[in-house]
This record gives sequence, C-alpha cells and structure tokens, in this order.
Amino acid sequence: MTEAVFRLEAQGAILRLRAEGDWSTSQVAGIDMALRAVGTDPKGEARDVVFDLTGVTRLDTSGAFVLQRTSAALKAQGLRTRYEGLQTAHRLMLDKIAALEIFSAPRTKRRPASITVVERIGATVVLFGREGLIVLSFLGEVVSALGEVVRNPRKLRVVPLIHHMEKAGFDALPLICLLTFLIGAVIAQQGATQLKQFGADVYTVNLISIIFLREVGVLLTAIIVAGRSGSAYTAEIGSMKMREEIDAMRTLGLDPMQMLIVPRVLALVIVLPLLTFVADIMGLIGGGVVALTQLGMAPAVYIDRVRDAAWFWTFGVGILRAPFMALAIALVSCRAGLDVTGSAESVGSQTTRSVVLSIFLVIVLDAMFAMFFTAVGL
Amino acid sequence: MTVSDEEDIIIDVKGLHTAFGDHVIHDKLDLQVKRGEVLGIVGGSGTGKSVLLRTILGLKKPEAGQIKVFGIDFETLSADERRHQEQRWGVLFQEGALFSALTVAENVQVPYREHLQMNDMLMGELAGVKIAMVGLRAEAAKLYPSELSGGMKKRAGLARALAQDPEILFLDEPTAGLDPIGAAAFDELINDLTKTLGLTVFMVTHDLDTLYATCDRIAVLAEQRVMLIGTMKDMLASNHPWIRSYFHGPRARAAVPTV
Repeated sequence: MTEAVFRLEAQGAILRLRAEGDWSTSQVAGIDMALRAVGTDPKGEARDVVFDLTGVTRLDTSGAFVLQRTSAALKAQGLRTRYEGLQTAHRLMLDKIAALEIFSAPRTKRRPASITVVERIGATVVLFGREGLIVLSFLGEVVSALGEVVRNPRKLRVVPLIHHMEKAGFDALPLICLLTFLIGAVIAQQGATQLKQFGADVYTVNLISIIFLREVGVLLTAIIVAGRSGSAYTAEIGSMKMREEIDAMRTLGLDPMQMLIVPRVLALVIVLPLLTFVADIMGLIGGGVVALTQLGMAPAVYIDRVRDAAWFWTFGVGILRAPFMALAIALVSCRAGLDVTGSAESVGSQTTRSVVLSIFLVIVLDAMFAMFFTAVGL
Repeated sequence: MTVSDEEDIIIDVKGLHTAFGDHVIHDKLDLQVKRGEVLGIVGGSGTGKSVLLRTILGLKKPEAGQIKVFGIDFETLSADERRHQEQRWGVLFQEGALFSALTVAENVQVPYREHLQMNDMLMGELAGVKIAMVGLRAEAAKLYPSELSGGMKKRAGLARALAQDPEILFLDEPTAGLDPIGAAAFDELINDLTKTLGLTVFMVTHDLDTLYATCDRIAVLAEQRVMLIGTMKDMLASNHPWIRSYFHGPRARAAVPTV
C-alpha cells in the first residue's frame, strides 16, 4: 500500500490538485484534514479546480468520497471543478458516489452540555414517575388475574406454581441459612463485645432476638430473594418476550398473565414468609452459638432468655412484612421482564433495573412498616 | 478446470476435509474462485454450504486440506498478519449479525474505529456513504438493529461488510427471508456493487432467482464435494438427478427467464 498524497499547483486561474498513491479507506484518514482545508479555503485566485488523478494507483469508495466532497464544497463557493487522468474504473466509482446525493445533508448542531444535563434530569424524573404508575397499573392487572383464579380455581396453574416455589424457595434455603446464621453470629458477637463494657452482656440475647425477629431476618431474606429470584424472573420473562414466545402464547389463546405472572407472584408471596421463618431460626441459632462460645451460656438458658425477651408479636411484626415485600419484588421483576424490547442488551439492562428497583422498594417498605408498627405500639 | 494464470485465482481450496466428530461434511473438496466473478454455492440442506463458507473464513478448522485466499494460506500467518489480511474481505451473515448494542452507523464504523486512525467526522461521513450505497435512507443510520426490518438488517449488514472496501464479499443466503420484491432489489444491489466496486462474490444461496440474476458461475455441493461447477447453461445441461431436479423442478421453471 502506498500512501495517499496530493499536491496543489496554482496556474493562474486554475488550481491543479495532483493526487497520487492509493486513495483507499486505510489511507484517506491521513489526508482528510488537509483536503477539508482545500475545500473550505482554496488558496489564490483560482476559478477552476482540476483534480488530476493520473498518479492514483487505487481508488475505492472512501477515496472517491473525499474527492467528491471536496469538489462539492468548492462548487458551493462558485468554483468550477473537473477531473483529469481518470481510468474507467475510477470514473465509475466517482459517478457512483456522486449519484448518492449525500453532500447536501445538513449537519445537526450539538446542544450545549448544560441543557443536556437538565434535560436528562427531567427525563429521569418523568421516567421514575411513569415507572411508578406502570407498576401500580400492573398491580391492578395482577390482582384482577388473581381474582379470576379465586372465582375459578381450575385456572390456577399448579405445576408451574410448585416449580417456582421450589426454585425460589427450596433452592434458596442453603444460601439463606448460611447467610442468616453468619449475620446472626456477627450481630451477637459485636453486641456482646459492646455490652460487656457495661457489664450487660447477658442482654446480648435480647439484642439478637429482637433485632433479628423484627428487622434483619425479613429484610435480609427479601434482599437475597430479590437478587436471586427477582433477577431470574426478569431474565426468563424477558428472553421469552424477546423470542416472541409471549406473543405466540397470546395467538394460541393462552393468557401470559395466568401462565407466567400469577404462578410467579403467588410462589414468591407463599415462599418468602416461609424463608423468613427459616432465616429467623438460623439467625437465633447463630446468636446462640456465639452466646455459648463467648458468654458460656448453656443452650437451655439461651432459649429461656429468648422466650423472655421476645413474644409472639416480635416475630409477627417481622414476618407480616414478608408477603408485601414478596409482592413488590414479584411485580417489579415480572413487569421489567415484560418491558424487554428486541435486543439481548435490553434483557441485561432490564434485569439490573428490576434488582435495583425491587431492593429499593423492599427497604422503603421495611421502613414504612417499622414506623407503622412502632406507632401502633407493637 | 484448467487455470492459465495463477494470479486470477482469489480463493483456492484443495483437498478440503471437514467433519464434526464422525460426521464427515467435506471429503477431498476442491474449489477455485476467480477474481472478479460472482460464484453461487448451491446444495441440499446439510451438504455443508455454510460450513464451507465458515471454513474459508477460518471460523471452523478443517481436518485436512489447504485453503488459500489472496494466494495466502491463512493457517501460516501470525495473528497480527491474519487480522490485517482479514480486512480485505467482508462478510454478510444470514441474519445480518449486527451488533445489537450499536446503531447502524456505529456498526459500520466498527472496523474504522478498530483498525484505522480516523477522525470522527470522516468516520461518520464514510459510514453515511456505505449506508447510502446499500440503499438505506439516512435516517436508518441512527436506528438500532432491533428497530430494523429483515430486509433493512441485511442491507445494514452489507454496509458493514463493505465498510473497508473489501476485495471479496462473502454472502450467506443474502435473500433468505426477504419478500420477492425485496429479494429482487437485493440482487440488483449486489449486481450494481460488484460492477462498480470490482468485487469478487462468494455466495451461498437457495434462491434460484438470485442465481439467475447475479451469478457468473455456480458450484453444486453434493456427496461431500463439488459435484459440478460451471455456468447456468452447464447446470441445465447436467444429467445428475439432484442437479436436474434442482434446476428443472417446478420452482426452477418459474425462475427461468422466458426465452
């Protein structure tokens, strides 16, 4: 490959542009800027510009394009242009490019960054509001579908329901057990260390049982489920949407709401309280292990003290939140799946959105419940 | 086929043997493609048309045999040299294979961005040239692949394949899935581009109309080798049962231009 070069020769009213070398895609980048300068500001008193291509060894569409672009720019300033020393193939190429009529396209001006920033903030706010409405209307759809199931229980898809309960519930058990056990142990250990300074280390049991049963057990479980099952829901439904499977269902007279959404929502609403129960137990066991090893408290004493510290509603206040959190996770993640558009990238971005939004909602719900229960004195 | 001038052969396949496990696809397959011709590859389903294309492109490794493109055996090249040589061909995959995260214009710009030191303005302009050349409107440049129809995807894929002005263009079923009008327009586009750009085209196709409209020569794959290679006249004169039923079947009769 020889480099593409050009020389300018002014001969009175004629400006001669002698092109040499390979005017090909890989070469034109080097002369692009210089050629642009010729196009906007031809030096001298030239009235005619001659493109002399005698020395050109190769001309492809890119080479032809930059020549024609220069020619068009010069013509726009009232100059005459013509080509010399053309081979037949070069002539064909130049004609092809000229026939495309791409030189008159007006350039869109870029807006200043300050406006773009404001615009994006506004767009995000609007999007957020719209998202809330969408989830709310989706809640309505799901509730009406559930109502239909209640009126006509044969519509309930039992097999998918059990399948999703197994996937979201049973399969999540090892992870939830391990994590809540560890968190329970960590809270107990940190609590014991701090309370020891006041000689109140026996109250570690009160700390662990109240904090775990009321708050941490359900919150931790919901966050794990949102990350584990919520993302799976979005990805599953999203890739079905992408492959037009959901449209296919509709054409076959199957209701995607009943087939896909209701079993998933129900499964999560049933399973999350059960998982929360297991999480509470494992957290207490974790605390118990620390009490045994660090405080030398016998298991029977530990159980006794837990019974003193917590009563039914300590546990009830926690587990009551679970079905609501499950509903939020299931709605957000199913909706995000249905919002997937054609591309594979959209599945990825929707999954991210669904996990972020459902964890956000879980925490907001948790805070609202905590305030409510405290206010009613439970 | 005797070749007087070695220079004229742009793709040279000799003794190719490919297999998936025990399943032999090609056995001692020979094929030569001349510079500047449009060669159509036909054959029944499962005769390895696409596998042949993929093997020539180096996407599948042959068990035995030699493939030379531009007179170079790509197996002997280093990775860098290979990448450099690969810029001399363009490929249109069956579904377009556009990058879904990029717009049409960005898809066309990918090779510029990756291989050439080019300023953004020129990249945009050259992508615009390619997009206009394949008959897409300028507004299509800003669309994402998921927003395109099947025919537009193929055109956009073609624009990307042509981005670096390749010497050889590989087409995998270019008209599959297009309506007859769209397919005819695509045939015309390929004819037009091969003439003005001096391309060599290696095309896998099932479309008899495309074979008639665009191909200089046709190669029939059957029984794990190239059964017959020649012009449409040679195909019609052949007595091989498969070739007869392919080129004389009810659909073929409809495609033959009335004489």
